[in-house]
Amino acid sequence: MVKYLLPLLVFVVLIGFFWVGLGKDPNLLPSALLDKPAPAFTLSNLHSPEKSFSTEDMKGKVWVLNVWASWCAACRSEHPLFMDIARQGGINLYGLNYKDKRDDALTWLRQLGNPYAASLSDLSGDVGIDYGVYGVPETFIIDKEGIIRMKHVGPVSRADWQEKLLPTIKRLEG
Amino acid sequence: MKILILALTVALSFGVLNTAQAKEALPNVDPKIEARFKAITSELRCQKCQNQTIYDSGAGLADDLKRQVRKQINEGKTNEEIIAFMVARYGDFIRYRPDFKSSTAMLWIGPFILLFLGGFILVYQIRKHKTIISDAPLSTEQHSRAAALMKQKGEES
Repeated sequence: MVKYLLPLLVFVVLIGFFWVGLGKDPNLLPSALLDKPAPAFTLSNLHSPEKSFSTEDMKGKVWVLNVWASWCAACRSEHPLFMDIARQGGINLYGLNYKDKRDDALTWLRQLGNPYAASLSDLSGDVGIDYGVYGVPETFIIDKEGIIRMKHVGPVSRADWQEKLLPTIKRLEG
Repeated sequence: MKILILALTVALSFGVLNTAQAKEALPNVDPKIEARFKAITSELRCQKCQNQTIYDSGAGLADDLKRQVRKQINEGKTNEEIIAFMVARYGDFIRYRPDFKSSTAMLWIGPFILLFLGGFILVYQIRKHKTIISDAPLSTEQHSRAAALMKQKGEES
């Protein structure tokens, strides 16, 4: 009896592994920066380059850093959600304009609307490297102490926002 | 027409000249630094195209990371420091050979466990086979039947 059950058992275990494994998105990688201090940076403001923005300025606030670019197609799909969030208010939403051209970025925001309190120019992508950015868009939630508490890779859907990001922000602000 | 061809030839030869100059204009490369650059970037996985090293990949992100590696070599960082810099930002996944620790243990010893299991099953099966064969000698009656079958087979062909 065991002789026949054993291969069946092995088969079931294998199917189990494949079932779980195939359901996962191989593009989603765990972030090395989760629960670590957000890398400090000082960048110039996209709209008024003479103004600079530093991560220090955000101490004491829970804030959202959304990495975007005008060349990023998926950024367009999450953009209406951010516009709604900006309209409702109450969320500190900042954009990191990643490896973009300033003119293109400004045109993009003019055409689609600007949901960000400020967009910061990371033209070289160096700050992106510090944040471990490997696919745009990416969204980070940073707490009052400047610790990264959540990282979302890919466009934020409305469900993601309602079920994951917003509850995290509310909890951190709590 | 002749003038057009002449103009084209001149224009094309300029193009050829330009590329030749561009190749010569490469920074005077130190083979030692190039070897280190290649060694480090071949250890790192491109996150955008996951089965390629940063060295092989032409993705934008890989180019940025190559630039970063070059910059840090020039700053006098050691290979270990540069790799630690990458791991701190992109996690263990960026390395093709991550450090041995609890989260990567299965990656390192898993294949050996499987090899051992496979070897064990193989040896077990061979032993079992041997006992089956040697433990069952043929009786005289079976012998004569086998001989008859062999003979019959011989006549047929």
